[in-house]
Amino acid sequence: MHEPSSEAEKVKESNPPSRRDWLFAAGLAVNVAAGVLLAIPLVGFVFSSFVQRKDPRDWIPLGRLDEFPEGKTRIANYRNPYTRPWDGQTANIPCWVRHIQGNQFQVFAVNCTHLGCPVRWFQESGLFMCPCHGGVYYEDGARASGPPPRGLFQYTYKVENGQLWIKGGEMPTLANPA
Amino acid sequence: MDRARKIALWLDDRLRISALFASTAGHEVPASAGSWFYVFGSATLLCFVIQIITGACLAFVYIPSTNEAWTSLQYLNHAQFLGWYLRAVHNWGSNFMVAIMTLHMIQVFLFGAYKYPREMTWISGVCLLLLTLGMAFTGEVMRFDQDAYWGLGIGASVMARVPLVGAQLVHLMLAGPIIAGETLSRFFTLHVFIIPGLIIAIVSLHLRLVLTKGINEYPKPGHPVHKATYDREYAEILKKEGVPFVPHAIGKDLIFAAIVIVGILGCALIFGPRGPAGPPDPTIVDTNPRPDFYFLSVFAALALVPDWMEVFVLFVAPALLIAFLIALPFISGTGEKSARRRPVAVLIVIFIMLVLGVLTYLGQTSPWSPHMSAWSGAPIPVNYVKGRTPLELRGAAIFQNKQCRTCHSLGGEGGQRGPALDEIATIMTRDEMVRQIIQGSGNMPAYGKKLSPAEVEALVAFMETLHPLSVPPVRNSDRPENRLPRDVAMVRPATGRLNR
Repeated sequence: MHEPSSEAEKVKESNPPSRRDWLFAAGLAVNVAAGVLLAIPLVGFVFSSFVQRKDPRDWIPLGRLDEFPEGKTRIANYRNPYTRPWDGQTANIPCWVRHIQGNQFQVFAVNCTHLGCPVRWFQESGLFMCPCHGGVYYEDGARASGPPPRGLFQYTYKVENGQLWIKGGEMPTLANPA
Repeated sequence: MDRARKIALWLDDRLRISALFASTAGHEVPASAGSWFYVFGSATLLCFVIQIITGACLAFVYIPSTNEAWTSLQYLNHAQFLGWYLRAVHNWGSNFMVAIMTLHMIQVFLFGAYKYPREMTWISGVCLLLLTLGMAFTGEVMRFDQDAYWGLGIGASVMARVPLVGAQLVHLMLAGPIIAGETLSRFFTLHVFIIPGLIIAIVSLHLRLVLTKGINEYPKPGHPVHKATYDREYAEILKKEGVPFVPHAIGKDLIFAAIVIVGILGCALIFGPRGPAGPPDPTIVDTNPRPDFYFLSVFAALALVPDWMEVFVLFVAPALLIAFLIALPFISGTGEKSARRRPVAVLIVIFIMLVLGVLTYLGQTSPWSPHMSAWSGAPIPVNYVKGRTPLELRGAAIFQNKQCRTCHSLGGEGGQRGPALDEIATIMTRDEMVRQIIQGSGNMPAYGKKLSPAEVEALVAFMETLHPLSVPPVRNSDRPENRLPRDVAMVRPATGRLNR
């Protein structure tokens, strides 16, 4: 026990906690508890993406092999597997398909690796170019010039039943290269 | 009459209106604060109120669904009575709000109003600046067109660069792994509920601080702020020349408010609504995404800074800037207030405005972007092919077909990503051109795999003719024929031809 130093502390020590003080403290405590109960579903709802870590990607057929002539790079569109009924046209995702030869392909995401703008293919010069900041890639997706930090993002692909399939469903970014 | 007076007095007694008025709108301010320089704060608030009213009206029709948003904007523009005008007023209201808020901030900074004892007024203002920019970005997403779609893509790509938690942040921002139905709903909630709610709360604090800590008196050179004496000095100013804000200091605010309203209405009438641009269909890759005016400077900076500085420009620089703004009243919380005695403050404002202005201009013109259609849309000027040999003409055709003009201009048309090639023969020798085309270097890709030797031969033959008649092409000094005596060398057939 220490000596009461100030006037206020003397008063406090001479007055034991009253019923009102107890009610106030208890009121605070039950409201903190109730607040936590309210916060759990709210935070869980808003930040659900941190809770559910299921791989959103799925195998998607891009088309028959003869739609992609050898030695050519063509655009192909697919319906995003991660979709909501009200997605509309935003769920139609394009990608660039380069048929090297036989069953050898390269399927590039349209998103520039710099900041995600859609790159365009130029057959004659054999380059992909980005309209935003002028990033340029070679036909094999390697970075050619401009601000991109790496080559184009590539989808995992497989050839099955005469069809080209890719694993898609996620926007490729530097943190999550498809 | 007597009865009406009685009712009014009764209402005032029960509602305490005159007491409320005396402690708020009627509070005393220094007479010097009734200046034209002091009208920007109230005008920013006015813009915000206009945004709330027009935004609520637009929400009667707008559908925040990925599938319907673009169509509902078209409906607003073309079918809904006065829908186009409400959209235009909302858009111009936001332009005016950002512009006037910037003026308000510059004025407050130059007049030293952030100094003791108004630190929290300034800091709450910094929060309002950030929230307003948040409204500008989320508002751009509401106009759910191509620019909005790819703008979200840029935002997600920026988030992805945050170390460690990048992937989670992308997921959180897009409300999923990809831009889809829930993304727009998320931004709608931010734009319509969360950010405006925060703005209302912080504006309340901002205004309350204006009442409790007073409005800054018009600063006089040679009257520095001292913490020990300022409160007494301010009380004396109020006592000597204090006037009630309403009606004696609000006059200029009222006149400026009317100018702002008419300005917004007029701009909306003359320039109309903005967009929506093309539909938000990602399969249309033939697009040229650009952010709204407010973010063009950032867009330009990201094209211009070297790779290794990008993380700094994206995250460290904004964090430092915000930290500086918040720390400002503690760094220079006392001392001179008048801009006449604070040259560094004036220079800072001029510097920042110049940087933002130049970057915005560059973002508007974006000379770094390839001209995707120059190869098919801009023929080589006749002067550049007149009198050329068949090989050189073949080279000109290759120059066009291989899309060199996406990045290089001839006769002022074409991309500006690479140098203009009108006089390239006066800068590079034949061998240097061959090397540059085949191997590339700097910002130029290598074309070795895409051009046959014969094509390179023709292309370089054409490029060697690109020099003015008065300036001969450069020659390689290690070639034997170039080391011959001058009169012998002159015998070589001249390859130079008139360009213009």
